[in-house]
Amino acid sequence: MSLLAAPATDRTARLAEGLRRAVGAQRVLTDRAQLRTYECDGLTNFRVTPAIVVLAESREHVVATVRLCAGAGVPFVARGSGTGLSGGALPVADGVLIVLSRLRGMGPVDPDNARIVVEPGVINLWVSREAAPYDLAYAPDPSSQQICSIGGNVAENSGGAHCLKYGFTVNHVTGAEVVLPDGEVVHLGGTAAERPGYDLLGAFVGSEGTLGVATEVTLRLIRVPEAVQTMLVGFTSIEDAGGAVSDIIAAGILPAAIEMMDALAIEAAEAAVGCGYPAGAVAVLVIELDGPQVEVEAQFAQVERIVLRRHAFETRIAADAAERALMWKGRKSAFAAVGRISPAYFVQDGVIPRTRLPEVLGDIYRMADEVGLRVANVFHAGDGNLHPLVLFDNAVQGQAEDAEELAGAILDLCVATGGSITGEHGVGHEKRMKMGRQFTADDLDTMQLVRCAFDPDGIANPGKIFPTPRLCGERPGPRTGEHPFQAAGLGEVF
Amino acid sequence: MTATLQSRSGTAADAVGGVLPAAVVRPVTVPDVVAVLRGGGTVVPAGGRTKLSWAAPPSSCDVLLDTTGLDRVLDHTAGDLVVIAEAGVRLADLQAQLAGSGQWLALDPPEPGATLGGVLSANASGPRRLRYGTARDLLIGVTVVLADGTVAASGGKVVKNVAGYDLGKLYTGAHGTLGVVVSTTWRLHPLPAARRVVVVDLADTAAAGPLALRLARSTLTPTAVELLAGSGEPARLVVVFESIPESVRAQARSAVELLDGGAEQDELPEGFGRRPGGADDLVLRLAFAPAALPAVLAALPAGAAVTASACTGVAYAALPAGSGAAALPGLRAAIAPYDGTAAVLAAPADLADLDQWGPVGDALPLMTQVKDRFDPARRMSPGRFVGGL
Repeated sequence: MSLLAAPATDRTARLAEGLRRAVGAQRVLTDRAQLRTYECDGLTNFRVTPAIVVLAESREHVVATVRLCAGAGVPFVARGSGTGLSGGALPVADGVLIVLSRLRGMGPVDPDNARIVVEPGVINLWVSREAAPYDLAYAPDPSSQQICSIGGNVAENSGGAHCLKYGFTVNHVTGAEVVLPDGEVVHLGGTAAERPGYDLLGAFVGSEGTLGVATEVTLRLIRVPEAVQTMLVGFTSIEDAGGAVSDIIAAGILPAAIEMMDALAIEAAEAAVGCGYPAGAVAVLVIELDGPQVEVEAQFAQVERIVLRRHAFETRIAADAAERALMWKGRKSAFAAVGRISPAYFVQDGVIPRTRLPEVLGDIYRMADEVGLRVANVFHAGDGNLHPLVLFDNAVQGQAEDAEELAGAILDLCVATGGSITGEHGVGHEKRMKMGRQFTADDLDTMQLVRCAFDPDGIANPGKIFPTPRLCGERPGPRTGEHPFQAAGLGEVF
Repeated sequence: MTATLQSRSGTAADAVGGVLPAAVVRPVTVPDVVAVLRGGGTVVPAGGRTKLSWAAPPSSCDVLLDTTGLDRVLDHTAGDLVVIAEAGVRLADLQAQLAGSGQWLALDPPEPGATLGGVLSANASGPRRLRYGTARDLLIGVTVVLADGTVAASGGKVVKNVAGYDLGKLYTGAHGTLGVVVSTTWRLHPLPAARRVVVVDLADTAAAGPLALRLARSTLTPTAVELLAGSGEPARLVVVFESIPESVRAQARSAVELLDGGAEQDELPEGFGRRPGGADDLVLRLAFAPAALPAVLAALPAGAAVTASACTGVAYAALPAGSGAAALPGLRAAIAPYDGTAAVLAAPADLADLDQWGPVGDALPLMTQVKDRFDPARRMSPGRFVGGL
């Protein structure tokens, strides 16, 4: 008993007692040491210890927990595997963290409809494994797919390397059972592709846990393509690599993926997993095509001609699945690998129009040089989604602050090109103060109308996405002023 | 109101579902739209007016807001495969412009003269949804004007973007009930270089389901698989391949083999992509679990004309008006087990009190809350949507 910390308030103690009765004492954690396991997600520089953790094992547990939170006016945060990179599952102090990783039921694959119904704690990769005997697969493949959960993917609208061709989580979810912040259960979408009514499912996917908790998700599966071919290409300049990406797209080819890594990222991946990328490359591209054999062969040959025209000094074609896996291993392990060459780093997730790639990369290197920091770039080049990794050492005084400032400046640069502060990691806790760079106060207020419809009391994952929460009773007067798009010269009025 | 704003009295030709608007305004700028909405009253936005019958008649229409004056293509960066265009731009005009860069917006609803805002608000799609998805999959940014005149944008001009809620999803298929869409940003695709079509004559529509399933389970990548079955006409399954020449030739050959027959041709057959039905018919949009196509076809009353996007779980049916209206509740009940719904796209005037949408499910209270937040005074296209919203 001595390990039990005193609850922050009587309210918390009463809520914990109610939760124990509702879901079973063994599923309710209030022990300080145990709570600390959940104090952060994949973004470890923000930590908050929740008051209570509930380890839900069924929809009923989620409903009971949310109802009790609503009744007590206590905020709750849903958490899957905790791999998110924007602090989307950062707990709220005095709040309840609902852990969904024990909800791991998977319905049978429905091969004729190409659907599967899964619980939110199911790991992304398990879905494709389950579907494989039917020659089906689940397309979204975030780099963390071996550990991230479907519930988290739905919350963040996760992408992955292959979303260039196949789209994001929102394009592959057809239905969800959702526990609303008042504890009511609703069914959004279903097996069919569409139905009368507002597309609330479309609004829910990517809402970062602020509109409710999904307890069941219907996923669309895709037919595994007949052929897949992967090429690793080494370049001696970033401009050539970026130019090759543009040329491939301009040729009317839509690859399954085009990924790019710069010299520093290559060095890190090499040190970590020995992926054997071309020595001396200033940039590498991993290009994958899939589809009917005859189409892949013809377009692959065309891609080869394009990269050679852009002075590729080495092109390697994966002879089999094992070689393909090795090419991808270097790319997918890049974030973790950077830990080998730097004690600490910030990952950013900005997006720019693809055509601006060489120019923006040049700017990033210049900005990094100016403050004496190194930036490794790993990114989904096909859709302009950059993952600059700003390296720093906490032991060097002031460097963490410099690095954070540089990371922020890179996002500002992305917005200035007409891009986005986040392509797939979400806004979460981390980037909510950046939302005003991309959106007007009216844009954000209007988005929060959705929040108010789902969660008028603002208890579902508060403090995420929006810089200032909107009180749902208030009706702000009309605002005037220039929209950021207008300021950027992108439109006369927008 | 601003000097550019044109306004006139509504005439019979402006009626929406039999409801005559008091005034018709044609704004040409976003501030014009703001001025109209701040002016008060009930407002029904309309673009090319090709799908006004797809939603229920409004309970009131003080102002018909004609969006066709918002007709500028604001930005097209070919290398980024992205276009920003105002809501009143006609889809066909946009496609003609994009074709100059070898690109297109991969939406192919058949209504001639339809605008981008109308296609989005009615969530109209065509056969190629099989490959490219629908408006929700292609729209990457939207700017809207709310009932109180607030101008709000979400998304952006990059395809990959998860910053903030995606308002575009809410406005897709909302039939103008949440505000006026004034600008849209879309992801584009390259125009395919070649086409090859396989047409399979069917003994009856029941043969379509198993063939569609064979295609869906194969590695072939058709852009469309359409069942065409006019009333009293022989049914055909049309499989369309659009890609590079060597691919479409090889795939068409494989399809003939897989389907145990079929004729190869380069051109799309007459009537491809068109919705069934004439002026006196009850026309329905059916959506259902894709593999339930045979059950859905079997549930249709005799004499129905049908087209179906066979691998996607979407079909259109035209029923003789009188018997069709009587059959509608039974049809809805019969397809409900397959997650099936039937929305009315057109009905003769004497069927005005038909249930346009059918059952909506347990999310209707939440939809009502969304409506009440965006349009608390219920001024935007009132009564046109599900649940009388």
